[in-house]
Amino acid sequence: MMKKKIFEKPIITKINAGVPDKFGMQNQIKAITHIDQVAIKDIIAEYGSPVFVISEQTMEETYETALQAFSTRYPKVQFAWSYKTNYLNAVCRKYHQLGSWAEVVSGFEYHKALSNGVEPNKIIFNGPDKSDEDLLLAIENKSLIHIDHFEELYTILKLANTTENKPKVAIRVNMDTGVYPMWDRFGFNYENGDAWNAINRLMLSKKVDFMGLHTHIGTYIMVGWAYGNAAKKLADLAVKIEKKFNHYIKYIDMGGGFASKNTLKGAFLPGTDTCPSFDDYAESITNALIGSDINPEHMPTLFLETGRALIDDAGYLLGSIIGNKRLTSGRASTILDIGVNILFTSFWYDHLLYPAEETSNYTEDTTVYGPLCMNIDVIRESLPFPNMKKGQHVVIKRIGAYNMTQWMQFITHRPAIVMIDKEGKTHLVRKRETNESIVNEELVPDYLQ
Amino acid sequence: MKIKENIAISESGFVFDSNTGDSYHLNTTAQIIMKFMKEDKDEDEIQELIMEEYDVDTDTLNLAYYDFLTMLTQFKLSENE
Ligand SMILES: Cc1ncc(COP(=O)(O)O)c(C=O)c1O
Repeated sequence: MMKKKIFEKPIITKINAGVPDKFGMQNQIKAITHIDQVAIKDIIAEYGSPVFVISEQTMEETYETALQAFSTRYPKVQFAWSYKTNYLNAVCRKYHQLGSWAEVVSGFEYHKALSNGVEPNKIIFNGPDKSDEDLLLAIENKSLIHIDHFEELYTILKLANTTENKPKVAIRVNMDTGVYPMWDRFGFNYENGDAWNAINRLMLSKKVDFMGLHTHIGTYIMVGWAYGNAAKKLADLAVKIEKKFNHYIKYIDMGGGFASKNTLKGAFLPGTDTCPSFDDYAESITNALIGSDINPEHMPTLFLETGRALIDDAGYLLGSIIGNKRLTSGRASTILDIGVNILFTSFWYDHLLYPAEETSNYTEDTTVYGPLCMNIDVIRESLPFPNMKKGQHVVIKRIGAYNMTQWMQFITHRPAIVMIDKEGKTHLVRKRETNESIVNEELVPDYLQ
Repeated sequence: MKIKENIAISESGFVFDSNTGDSYHLNTTAQIIMKFMKEDKDEDEIQELIMEEYDVDTDTLNLAYYDFLTMLTQFKLSENE
């Protein structure tokens, strides 16, 4: 019998003269079939769909690139892993193994860092909400407490009377960096004098070890120079402290906020073309510090709390096609088993979506929906995508930041998380939820039993 | 469902709607289906002919076929008999 030809789905496309597609007419989409040599279909067969995947290899490569960018330009550099970005123990421990300290913003995260074996004096405690118990523990542990507001400052001074240990503190400073909107709700403002005022109160109290200055100017900052402006202002404060109190601070902490290479919604060009590199950020920050009036014999350590730019690329979300639907407008749409509840960042980013197996070369402008019975459940409003069949697999790239901490449990279990080690072996690092794991937290009053 | 009289289909897969001035491009499978439709073959016949030539199961072909017809309706290239 004659071998039959391969079937292509019939497609008709309207020719829009004079309105070329944003990326040219050719929209062929390459499949991603493997992550670090592991076949996607094998991962889904073993751990189910959807499933999060973390590449240890990519984590390590990205970390080394970032460290290299800063340590070749500045003598003392220390990364502190931003727990909120992804506080899976396996992820945190990997960064600690690579040399990162911990940056936490709650008692929950603080205890997580302790249980991950971080030495307490290598934990940076940030954020507006630290309870008195949390603060006292952090003081006794000699952790670095970054003060957010005056109430907290006075609480720490009061607590200092109750313990032998001098609190090790820094203040968080916010300032005009030339990038708007300005984040002025965290820390003490530079321009209106609040920051200098807070420093004076702490120094004059003689009850604390004044260790450093901290800022976190925002997130997904797309220009390096904003960091240069921020570093300059912190260096100015350091010089003022030197002059007035003859005191040298140990560190300047520039926070996080470097953009990952994701594309923001509505951006005309992809993030890979527009986002600064680690080298760009490092150049701005280290130039500002080295060029400042800080006494060169007492250069502070440069701390970085980089989150998304370190982990985003290492994260993947795998899923499956549930069905396809032609909308009444004629537009193609496809439904995935991945909802916005587990892909929180789809509210900001046009995430990269790829088939996990070879498909037809023909693509159509497609809307990609999640499985939630809710109108907001849209993964992509529009992207050129091939027609895929029910049960076929897809990959969403660059999702390692925030999704695995900000995800919401809704109408079904949150998926498993798998780490691929450097030898290409997979490890389950978070189990898929079960009915029991969710319902276990519930209680039914006696009268409804 | 049939293709409107004023729709011209070229050998190379271009479709021209003389009423609106719009033009379209077809892939090979779509060309074959449009050609059969122009020849007034009915749905069952067209699907059978495609299955003889192509490696495709009934369900996949059915889904693809009706999706294509929806697009023809959407572009106002077809009319009901
Ligand atoms: C104090 C602080 N440091 C670091 C980070 C990490 O930021 P990013 O993921 O933008 O690098 C955050 C995030 O909000 C933060 O609030």
